[in-house]
Parts: sequence; C-alpha cells; structure tokens
Amino acid sequence: MIVGKFNQLKSSIRRKRENGTLSDALSVFLLLLPYALMFSLFVAIPVAIAIGLSLTYFNSIQAPEFQGLLNYITLLTQDEIFLKYVLPNTFKYALLVGPGGYFLSFILAWMLAQIQSKARTVLALALYTPSMVGGVFISVVWRTLFSGSESGYINALLIQWGWITKPVQFLQDPAYLMNIMIIVGLWSAMGIGFLAMLAGILNTNEELYEAAYIDGIKNKFQEVIYITIPSMHSQMLFGAVMAIVGAFNSGWIGVALSGSNPTPQYAGQLIINHIEDYGFQRYEMGYAAAISVALLLMVWGFSKLAYRLFSDRD
Amino acid sequence: MAFQGTKINPKRFDKSQLKFYAFLVPMALFMVLPVVYIVNQAFKPLDELFMFPPRFFVLKPTLKNFIDLWRTSSTTGVPMTRYLFNSIVATTITVFASMLVTAGAAYVLSKKKFKSKNWLFSVNQIALMFVPIAVAIPRYLIIKQTGLTDNFLAHILPALAMPVGLFLVKQFMDQVPDAVIEAARLDGANDWQILIKIVIPLVKPALATVGILTFQASWNATEASSLYIADETLKNFAFYLSSLTNASNAIAGVGMAAAAGLIMFLPNLIIFILLQSKVMNTMSHSGIK
Repeated sequence: MIVGKFNQLKSSIRRKRENGTLSDALSVFLLLLPYALMFSLFVAIPVAIAIGLSLTYFNSIQAPEFQGLLNYITLLTQDEIFLKYVLPNTFKYALLVGPGGYFLSFILAWMLAQIQSKARTVLALALYTPSMVGGVFISVVWRTLFSGSESGYINALLIQWGWITKPVQFLQDPAYLMNIMIIVGLWSAMGIGFLAMLAGILNTNEELYEAAYIDGIKNKFQEVIYITIPSMHSQMLFGAVMAIVGAFNSGWIGVALSGSNPTPQYAGQLIINHIEDYGFQRYEMGYAAAISVALLLMVWGFSKLAYRLFSDRD
Repeated sequence: MAFQGTKINPKRFDKSQLKFYAFLVPMALFMVLPVVYIVNQAFKPLDELFMFPPRFFVLKPTLKNFIDLWRTSSTTGVPMTRYLFNSIVATTITVFASMLVTAGAAYVLSKKKFKSKNWLFSVNQIALMFVPIAVAIPRYLIIKQTGLTDNFLAHILPALAMPVGLFLVKQFMDQVPDAVIEAARLDGANDWQILIKIVIPLVKPALATVGILTFQASWNATEASSLYIADETLKNFAFYLSSLTNASNAIAGVGMAAAAGLIMFLPNLIIFILLQSKVMNTMSHSGIK
C-alpha cells in the first residue's frame, strides 16, 4: 500500500513537472516563506502562546502550571485595580481617542479635500506630523509643556493670565493625568487611517456628485452622507480599524508622562500598563497573558463593530 | 440650490473655502506648535530654558544642548555614536528587508493561484487588528527560545512581519493587470524575474509606503533594546535617548531632552516629505473590501 501511495505521488509530481505547476508551487512557497515565517513567529504563535499561558500559573522560572480559567475568574472578580481603574480608564481613553480621533480625522480629511491642493499638502503634513514623531518625542514634548515647575510652558501661561497662583503638578495629579493623556492621544491620532480617508475622498467619482445634485441633494451634509461615505466605505473601514488599534497601542503614554507604572493613584492606568505591571514587574506571566487576551478580545470586538458598520459584504 | 460644479479637490481658491480654513488652520497649529516649541527649546541656552515667563521662540540659538548630548555617554560608558550606528544599521536593513519580504508575499497573494490563498490573506487582514504590545511576553519567550537574545537580529526580524504593509502592497498590486505578467511569462520569464523586473517597479509607491512605515517603526522602536537585548553595545538610539529623557531618572535636562527628541524626529519628517506623494497614491488603494 505504501509503495502504491509512493508511486501515486511520483506520478503526480511528474505530471505537475510536465505542465509547469511544480515550479509554480515551489516559487509560491519560496516567495511566501520569509513573510509567513516571521508572521508565524512574531504574530500568530505569540497569540497562541498568550492564550495557552493565560490558562496557567507561570512565574517565568518554574514550568507553567495548568489552572484552567482561574486567571480570567480572578481578573473579572478579584482584581480590584483592574475593575475599578484599569477597565473604566481603558474604555474612556479608547472611546475618546479611538472613535473620537476617527471622527476628527474624517472631518479634517473631508475639509482638506474641499481646498486647493498646495494648501492641502501643507496642512495635511502639519496634521500628520504628530503621528510620525515617535514615542521619545511625544513624551518629551508633553512633559515639557505640562512640566510642574514655573518654567513649564502651560503653568507659566496660566500664572501670567492670573488663573492660578502657583504651578500645578499636571502630570502627577490624578485629576489631570487622564485628560492630558486624551489630549495627547487625539493629538497623535491623525495616522495612516487619516491619510487613507483623505485619499479616498479625493478619489470619489465627481460625476456622482453632479448626478446627486440633479437628483435633489441639497447641501454638503447630504453630500457626505449619501455620496462621500458610501463611495469610500472601504477606506472608512481601514481608517476605523487603524484608529481602534492606534488607540489601544498608544496606551503607554500615561506611564511615559507620569514616569511611573502604576501611574499616580492609577489615574492613567490602561490595560497595557496593567499587562506590563504584572508581566515584567511582578513576573506573573500567566496572569499577564490573561490580561493580554482580554485586550486582544477588546480590539477584536471594537473592530467587529467597525466591520458591521462599513463592510459591503452584508 | 443647483449644483455649482464639483467642490472636491478644487483648482482655485474661492471665498466659500474660507470656512474650512477657519477650522483647518487652528487644528494644524495645534498639531504643529508643540513640535515647533520643542525645536526652539533644543536651541535655547540654559538661561532661556529656565526663564520666567518662558519664551516660545529662542533668542540666542546655541548648539550647546546637542554638544552636551553628544558628550554624555551612558553610565556603562558606551558612547552615543555606538547607539546611533546600531540604529542606522538596524533601520536600513529592516527597511530594505521588509520591502523585499512584503513584495514577495504580496506578489504570491495577488497574482498566483493556489488553494489557501484567500484564507491566508484574510488571516493577514485579521492581523491588522494586532496590538504588538499585547504579546510582549510570548514574543520575549520566543526570542529566548530561538536564541535571539543579545543578537542584533532581534532588532530586525520581529519588524519584518507587518500586516498593514502586506495588506497595502497586495491591494495596490491587484491594480497591475494580469496581462502584463502573462506576457512576461510567455517571453520565458520566471516568477523571480517577473517580480524583480516587472511587478516591483510597478508597485514602487506601495513599497515606498511600506518603507516609511517600517522606518518609523524601526527608528522609533525601544522594545527590542529594553526587553530582548541586555548587551549595552547592541542597543539602539531610540532606547538610549528614551532612557536619558525618562521622567523617573532624568539624566538629561530639558534642553538635552528636546535636542534628543529633535534628532529622533527629523529623519521621520524628511523621509515622509520626500515620499508623501507615493504614500497618498498607495492610500487610494487601501480600502478593506
């Protein structure tokens, strides 16, 4: 039987070689290999490991010890910091910076499309600048501006205007930290999704607008709702996914601004800081993995919502 | 109200555009002013840095902050140039490797026919939602298992898997007509030749975009240096500067931190300005179907 299988395989290879599909399969394999390998190693397998580890107790020294869903149960019932601070903070930040930033980038992109191209290029560059400056720069900028000393720019302005008499510790004060984080998050939210939507709006078919005005569209608002958004909904979806991922990815900002993890009275504690806290400070890797899975599920849930809004499949 | 000619992408200035400028210009200023402030800060001498009330613009610009930054070596005695060198090498290799790897994979997913093709592309599309920071721990374990700790490759390899990059290049490549590739094949070209000589030149804008995104990610990355690499001489510039300007142990003063930020920022800006038209071209094909 094995010999039979072997002969079958041999003849199928010969057949494929004769009509050229063998070299085809080989080149598909070789061209895809480097990406597939890196993707598996650094994206797919890590997600699988995170799911696996989340079911264990693992302190990175002894072998992981299976304990079922205990980590998730602890996370959702026992972890006071998570329930009281991290979860509400994450939702507040992600909702304002994600959908908020997304809405803002659509408005800005749409307005940019209404002006002539030279001014547009300059303004688009200005709006995109915060997204390319990088983490080091973002923290330097905002720490300097909100610095708690008299020479901190914001403090100095407020003192000069007579609104306050002595400098406010903006970055250490729980009352301000979260709001500053949201400002910084929105500031750097005009990323690649913004560029995609700008390109999408500029590419909508002009004849559609003419036809729509003949059909009785009356104003800019109707134009956006009935023509612009429907004809670029694939870019809208791309922008939405990028906005959501960007909002969750930028969560390190609270720690960078305040200089400590946990942030002062957990005021700026987001889910990724919680992961780092448990994973790299307490070495409770199994528990940290469970928080990671929770984070991935949140991103997935939000994106699912975006797909439902903009996908043309359903 | 009748249709008054298209208003998307107008050729000339018109009074009706003023209302858009009224919103766009303040927003653009809000985005840019913090950056301008730091640029000024970087050139301020010590007395201006601590002046009260602080001035926005520098009065007597000096390079002292940059010189100080240059002279400071970390506590372990590694000079700044070493970190800079590491960053330049790692970023250059990552950018070119990433463009090549992405082009190969995108070509296969866009132009070849095989069973699991659509499935592979949808896996990549799901991975657009991937948040790298969520799997920092598993990544660390993998790096350890594969022996990449304290290896320069730890800067490069993780950055090569960029789902957004593959997504953008594949969508862009779908616009290349199959007939072009068929013609080349009839002339006896193999896949490798088709990719290098025909497809890559046609999708240059998309590859330039991947290049920019990889550049930004790699140049600004601190993850590898802080988690995977303990050997100080292998760490990169972004990590060095972030440790100097760290809020909890600020070795660098305000002026040096600003200078460091400016050095990190400038290459990003220059590369983006040079390639921005290519990026916009790519983005018009970025839709998720």
